[in-house]
Amino acid sequence: MTKHEKPASFSRRALLKAGGALVVTIGARAAIDPAHATDGATAATTKPPLTPDQLSSYIAVNADGTVCAYFGKMDMGQGLSVAIRQMVAEELDVPFDRTRIYIGDTDTSVNQGGASGSTGIQDGGKQMRMAAAEARRILVEMAADKLGLPADQLTVTNGVVHATSDATKNVSYAELIGGKFFNVHLDWNGKYGNPLYAPGKAKPKNPKDYAIVGQPLPRDDIAPKVFAQADFAMDIKVPGMVHGRMIRPAIASAVPVKVDESSIADIPNAKVVWDKGFLGVVADKEWDAIKAAKQLKVEWSNASPPFPDQATLYDHIRQAPTRKREVGKQTGNVDETFKTAARVIEAEYEWPFQSHARMGPGCALVEIKDGHVTCWTGTQKAHFVQTGLASILQVPQDNVHVIWTTGPGSYGRSDADDCVADAAVLAKTVGKPVRLQYMRDQGTGWDPKAPASIHRVRAALDASGNVVAYDFLSKGFSRIDVDTNGSQPKDTLAGQTMGVALKSGDGFGFPGDSYGFANKRTAWETIAPLLDRASPLRSAHMRDPVGPQIHFASESFIDEVAAALNMDPVAFRLRYARDPRDIAVIKAAAEKAGWQTRPSPRKDQSGDTVAGRGIAYAQRGPTRVAVIAEVEVDRSTGRIWARKFFVAHDCGLIINPNGLHHAIENNVVQATSRTLWEEVKFNNKTVTSVDWRTYPILEMPEAPEQVDIVMIDHPEIAPSGAGEAASRPVPAAITNAVFDATGVRIRRAPLSPANVKSSLS
Amino acid sequence: MTKQFTLNVNGSDHTVEADPDTPLLYVLRDDLGLNNPHFGCGLGQCGACTVHLDGKPTHSCQRPISAVGDKKVVTLAGLGTPEHPHPLQTAYVQEQVPQCAYCINGWIMSAAAFLRDKEKPTDAQIRTALRHVKCRCGTHMAILRAVKRAAAMMG
Repeated sequence: MTKHEKPASFSRRALLKAGGALVVTIGARAAIDPAHATDGATAATTKPPLTPDQLSSYIAVNADGTVCAYFGKMDMGQGLSVAIRQMVAEELDVPFDRTRIYIGDTDTSVNQGGASGSTGIQDGGKQMRMAAAEARRILVEMAADKLGLPADQLTVTNGVVHATSDATKNVSYAELIGGKFFNVHLDWNGKYGNPLYAPGKAKPKNPKDYAIVGQPLPRDDIAPKVFAQADFAMDIKVPGMVHGRMIRPAIASAVPVKVDESSIADIPNAKVVWDKGFLGVVADKEWDAIKAAKQLKVEWSNASPPFPDQATLYDHIRQAPTRKREVGKQTGNVDETFKTAARVIEAEYEWPFQSHARMGPGCALVEIKDGHVTCWTGTQKAHFVQTGLASILQVPQDNVHVIWTTGPGSYGRSDADDCVADAAVLAKTVGKPVRLQYMRDQGTGWDPKAPASIHRVRAALDASGNVVAYDFLSKGFSRIDVDTNGSQPKDTLAGQTMGVALKSGDGFGFPGDSYGFANKRTAWETIAPLLDRASPLRSAHMRDPVGPQIHFASESFIDEVAAALNMDPVAFRLRYARDPRDIAVIKAAAEKAGWQTRPSPRKDQSGDTVAGRGIAYAQRGPTRVAVIAEVEVDRSTGRIWARKFFVAHDCGLIINPNGLHHAIENNVVQATSRTLWEEVKFNNKTVTSVDWRTYPILEMPEAPEQVDIVMIDHPEIAPSGAGEAASRPVPAAITNAVFDATGVRIRRAPLSPANVKSSLS
Repeated sequence: MTKQFTLNVNGSDHTVEADPDTPLLYVLRDDLGLNNPHFGCGLGQCGACTVHLDGKPTHSCQRPISAVGDKKVVTLAGLGTPEHPHPLQTAYVQEQVPQCAYCINGWIMSAAAFLRDKEKPTDAQIRTALRHVKCRCGTHMAILRAVKRAAAMMG
């Protein structure tokens, strides 16, 4: 095992030594060397521009034949970098351990969207696969030229191109292009981010020929972390760096009117940075910065943010004017069918604001030197942060280098991008590199929140008990009140506190299912944020954005209809699910759980502790997941133990079953935490969930006893996202199991002991 | 006012200048360059900063350097090395435990002290012993597998 080279030791425009062989001149814009041209393929001694239409932007071959993959997404700890290496190694026919991957660095990769929407493999991997296939095609053509044999009589084994009939006629990748660059144009679709796609002429392998893809290869980033040899974003230091801390108002929307810098005069080299609502401090030593932030005397403006009583939050959502409405799937005539229904079943569900509450609050290091900006951050989207830094610092984007470094967990648009912008303002003002880390209360209290919402669902039944119409409406705060990335100052606390013009976006989502109700409508409505500027309740993407809340409602409701018809919950779903892959995951989960057909609830239990089982399923894009939960409910305390889970998961072709298994298991546990515990509390001044006591999450004694996972592999179907999908059905699976155990339907999350106890009484 | 302190960390003595109220966490990270204990909450609620003081798991964010004295400090880096790993480190790699890995100081340092004092623990004992350590990524199932694997290696 080798110690990871500290990113801090890379200097801008320095040489990146990959595998000790290839020297990549980062950002070089020199002309190609025509001497290396071969027919159809070109090798260059200097790197072509880092643009999406260049093969060299994704793949390079070192002088020793090792392959470098440059990836514009990030691995947030789910093993994506291993999966991408497998896909690249597979297409190029090189051994896995002869590949390296460089991820999330704006100097070495193009904007493939960062970590976003579980598209690491689905979109990012698709591009890397096509790039690797094209690299192989080019190399085989070069070999054909060199060996004087037709390309179709050549085979590649372990990075060596040889005659299919005579392995002694061979030339290696290293000999063909090692240490030089592909200068090959790709057919780029002109898009950046997740939709970026730039194939070459090559046809990728048939999945039936895969030898590396599909293997459960382990992650190689775990050992360095376990042996304390890997740097996180918060561990990076540069010479001359000072430490920053931010100061937030005790009452949201208050701004400083008087700041007494003399109140921190006793702290060595402590300085105040104050610009309108932006207030921070820096000091040479970290503890001094923390003390200065606490000690600084600040007079704040009078403020009374328009936060309702928490108890009336859902009434507020019901009554608030709809800012945007969008209707999704609509079949038949829903309203007319309800008028003639024999029976109507209706229910309404409520989901609270939730916090990313990452293990460590946001941290970023920004260095500004000679007009060039370097930033180390655990952001999910380095390339968008590059744009944001250029904007907030008023420098050309090409002068900004963002280096993604692993951070403290990442589940969406967290406080990470706010922290970059704050650090940039501090660094620019004090003229020194600033490492800014938020404090716990800022990480939990001031991060962008998963939106709170209500969901109204109704079903029309005919006289025979068939569902003839279905109507689903979500109403809540927007998932993009602030955007999914920090590319614009308006979406960061720095921009908002310094007064930039705001533009709150509108977005929510629809249930993902294939229930074939003849008349069906799904819709959403968004409402304005409670406080439009610098709010601790601004809402944004959090893991499976709006998926847990929507499917808490939709899959609880399906269960309610099944119960009303005295039908088994699995049988009821199978009666209406239309998609064969949906049906398959429902059946697979039921089989794994040993599901006994009967309606819910059970009526055979007495005593304080009762047990139950529940199912929920969902589509998430092309991915399907069914989850069965077995729970125990202590009726005297209201505590729930989600004891066993049985999960069936279909995300098409499985690239790495080891990574997939962990991704599913961790989704299930985190979603259990969100279902049972998580609710952001606030009062009429600000958010009061500020630490692990006021924002409790699942703890070890309540971890499940068992999570059994069926991973359905479909080599013929393109791989789709698995980073979030298994979170989606968990809330309803647990809630349906609680109903099975107790006969009581809980329609408000979280199912905390207090909520459950009061629901049962 | 800063004062001079001598700390024994991972078997070596180090002399540092620091304010007496500086939490050990910042001395380890910023003065000694031992980045493994992480700032998670600064409140003693999560465990991300856990080190051993004379073998006892301690929140380094809560312990002023002036209250460390001559107690021996061991961080995750001092628990084991790739060449001589602690069984928990071996088990963590074998079980592929972490997602983000930011929390691992809390789990490994707490579990190391627990397994040292408790042979062949039951599932319930492990869960109770680790009840105050936080993992936000939800890797609890893998943590339990790894602690049991390490317990088997040690027992």
